[in-house]
Amino acid sequence: MTTTLTDAPPTKEPDAPPRKARRRGRLVPYWLLLPGILWLVVFFALPLVYQASTSVQTGSLEDGFKVTWHFATYWDALSDYWPQFLRSVMYAGSATILCLLLGYPLAYLIAFRAGRWRNLILVLVIAPFFTSFLIRTLAWKTILADGGPVVGALNSLHVLDVTSWLGVTEGDRVLATPLAVICGLTYNFLPFMILPLYTSLERIDGRLHEAAGDLYARPSTTFRKVTFPLSMPGVVSGTLLTFIPAAGDYVNADLLGSTDTRMVGNVIQTQFLRILDYPTAAALSFILMAAILVMVTFYIRKSGTEDLV
Amino acid sequence: MSPPRAPEGAPPFLPSTSLDPTMTSAQEHGGDVRLTGISKTYGSFTAVRPLDLTVPQGSFFALLGASGCGKTTTLRMIAGLEEPSSGTVHLGEQDVTALPPYKRPVNTVFQSYALFPHLDIFENVAFGLRRRGIKSVKGQVGEMLDLVQLGEQARKKPHQLSGGQQQRVAVARALINHPKVLLLDEPLGALDLKLRRQMQLELKRIQTEVGITFIHVTHDQEEAMTMADQVAVMNAGRVEQLGAPADLYENPRTTFVANFLGTSNFIAAEIAGRSGDDLTLKAGDGKLTLPAERCTAPTTTGGKVILGVRPEKISLTHADDAGQIPEGRNRITGRIADSSFIGVSTQYVVHSPVCDAFEVYAQNIERDTRLVPGVDVVLHWNPAHTFGLDAAQDIEAGVEKVEEDASA
Amino acid sequence: MAAFFRWLSGKFVVIAGLLTLAYLLLPNVVVTVFSFNKPKGRFNYAWQDFSLDAWKDPCGVADMCGSLSLSLQIAAWATIGATVLGTMIAFALVRYRFRARGAVSSLIFLPMAMPEVVMAASLLTLFLNMGAQLGFWTILIAHIMFCLSFVVTAVKARVMSMDPRLEQAAQDLYAGPVQTFVRVTLPIAAPGIAAGALLAFALSFDDFIITNFNAGSTVTFPMFVWGSAQRGTPVQINVIGTAMFLVAVVLVLGGMIVSKRRNKQSA
Repeated sequence: MTTTLTDAPPTKEPDAPPRKARRRGRLVPYWLLLPGILWLVVFFALPLVYQASTSVQTGSLEDGFKVTWHFATYWDALSDYWPQFLRSVMYAGSATILCLLLGYPLAYLIAFRAGRWRNLILVLVIAPFFTSFLIRTLAWKTILADGGPVVGALNSLHVLDVTSWLGVTEGDRVLATPLAVICGLTYNFLPFMILPLYTSLERIDGRLHEAAGDLYARPSTTFRKVTFPLSMPGVVSGTLLTFIPAAGDYVNADLLGSTDTRMVGNVIQTQFLRILDYPTAAALSFILMAAILVMVTFYIRKSGTEDLV
Repeated sequence: MSPPRAPEGAPPFLPSTSLDPTMTSAQEHGGDVRLTGISKTYGSFTAVRPLDLTVPQGSFFALLGASGCGKTTTLRMIAGLEEPSSGTVHLGEQDVTALPPYKRPVNTVFQSYALFPHLDIFENVAFGLRRRGIKSVKGQVGEMLDLVQLGEQARKKPHQLSGGQQQRVAVARALINHPKVLLLDEPLGALDLKLRRQMQLELKRIQTEVGITFIHVTHDQEEAMTMADQVAVMNAGRVEQLGAPADLYENPRTTFVANFLGTSNFIAAEIAGRSGDDLTLKAGDGKLTLPAERCTAPTTTGGKVILGVRPEKISLTHADDAGQIPEGRNRITGRIADSSFIGVSTQYVVHSPVCDAFEVYAQNIERDTRLVPGVDVVLHWNPAHTFGLDAAQDIEAGVEKVEEDASA
Repeated sequence: MAAFFRWLSGKFVVIAGLLTLAYLLLPNVVVTVFSFNKPKGRFNYAWQDFSLDAWKDPCGVADMCGSLSLSLQIAAWATIGATVLGTMIAFALVRYRFRARGAVSSLIFLPMAMPEVVMAASLLTLFLNMGAQLGFWTILIAHIMFCLSFVVTAVKARVMSMDPRLEQAAQDLYAGPVQTFVRVTLPIAAPGIAAGALLAFALSFDDFIITNFNAGSTVTFPMFVWGSAQRGTPVQINVIGTAMFLVAVVLVLGGMIVSKRRNKQSA
């Protein structure tokens, strides 16, 4: 029933009074949509087309670029930068899992256990947004500084031994290692996990917990069989909202990492803004977009929450 | 149920000075609501089949039916909220079919009231007056709120009122505009039983007082019968039967109406012959009498009819006393299957060869203590209370839907 | 001991949740503490001495307050633009049937499912191809673009939960289409629109990646911070960060208290 624009209702009496005023109303949605959609078409969709065309151009900055259908750029970009791609997926994936593990208890706490503190905690989750995220990310430089209390504590608890065995830290440093980047990504995108989780948990009727308990489920069983499945929409949208921006991020890798932690975002940024190799940058950006769209589509299908979108 | 007083100009509590001139004159000259060949289809689904209906001015008219029967769609077409697929709507002499809702002198009390949550009670009631450019609304709104006994609550928000109070605000908000017709869409659906009874009488009182035509949509047969002068029973987009409540109850013309309004017992019978104004019918081994004028089926001998009788018209007599039953009554033998005592009456279910679950309601005046399950009895009633229906119908029509709706 | 473990497992959610909250707030604590630092070198990463210098002279750093006011201006305009356009789209999506509904929904959803760096790079390609002068206007265009989808989502949720009978009631009570919209629809949708606008403001004000690509030589506040991370971080950055945090908390809590009190009064 989405295309009823032109199906006028069957009018049995040809001499019925004209209903012009109402018919004119059918154009209203198009006028409402026009400016916003035009904006998105010109400044979101059209640029993607331009980018696709740039990615198959050759030439130089001095002589200009021409479309030569040079698909080899894609191959070259992939073979040169596959480690950065891999790193992006690994770092973003780790950060997403950490966000879920850290965020779920807090979302649960706000939804069911916070009582009159609920609003205050919600404000505290959102308020850091208002301090520029760059400033907050720089603060991690202080927190994770070499020889600082955090690193010292991790060292004496032998946590750093485990992490360097995993290959995410080196020696007794945390800063400028993959761990620091993952920690920064987790921190930056944690609210994007907590808020959708909270929204879907909050919708769960508290009586369901009592009903499950009444039907012989222990608290842990209740969580596994009732609460968690019902919070799946929040889990899916939370993981998407965390993974997608994290995979394209380059700020954390730049501020907290080293040259060995460069992610694909760093490469795109450098190629575009410093080296000015537009075709390679465009190809990389296109691959990243395609990879994420494929993963997201697959993930949404798999988790059976297609109605989410 | 006497017809309401005809209005003589504007009722005293509604100041007529500030009313729209066209509306005032329309009110004075009167006018019926006339639907001509009106229908509504959505794609391939027909909500309302072409229907003609005239609602006399000043009457309290009910559209009664189960959910999905087209009653609300009909109401919305009168309000202008739905555009008819065919046909016209007239208010008096004026064809309003093409008028949008805000240009029709018609107001609606919406299902679950649709009170504006961001406005207080006073502003909710004043809304219509303000939209028509009336500046000094204070007096009118005050009087209107007093009429519905909410003068104290004027500055509260709708969510701070109880269901019954919200309902009265919705009525006040519509009535203050002094519409030609007031439409009520399941206005009491959200209230509990006791409050609903109270509001039924309240609405009836208001209607009698203001003399405005009320068209009331409901699925509750009791509500329709209590309040309305005229009831149109709707089923599957058609009006099954139209009439005064008592007339509909006593003379249903279809099994749907017979089942939807109260309870009916049906017996499949065959016309055996005619004597004077009465038809003689054969049902099983017995003979029953039916006044010919109460039969809506063809009355040719040998034709099949469904014979109906209401449970409270039937008397029960123990089989031992069968001899004491006066002559000239329709009688059937059976055995009591079940009985339940409900205070004013006792309800029996009786097995008989012609109908396996005959319902009988007996007033608890002089109870025969022998009438317990398992006892053989004779059921008998005055033939004048029998009605005959066309046999080509579903005997169960209108039964289940009523129960579904009642539980909803 | 067993009792202790039982107590611990009962409180597990509370403890884990509060630890996460601490993790979220730790950087803000550090930012606040270091706004009172008196660093030795150009970088404000290690604690030296307590000092109120930066708080006494928040605009003491060249160009910082200029970039802050530019960011506020862009955020304000982007909020207005995205809120107006997004609200219109949300109403069209919820209240009307039209062709190409699926395509429109996808076009709204995709910007939210796209890494910022992809949008940033492709938009820059467009601007370069058009020969546009990078600066205030290109930043504003980009910000309206990526805030739009978020506004649509926020407003849509509110409009969807709105009873359509309210608008019908308004029409029934002699309000024409314009009156109905102004008197009923808009006031009831207002909380959703406000939420969308707030989100747009926060997103625009804090955006770095898209801005970095499309700003040319114009410097917004996040870009100033980024630059100073390379050249040297003045303490004043922490002052601004702390002040913004406090203003946000006070405004939100204040708003909540006021609305609670208003509810109580009218009850």
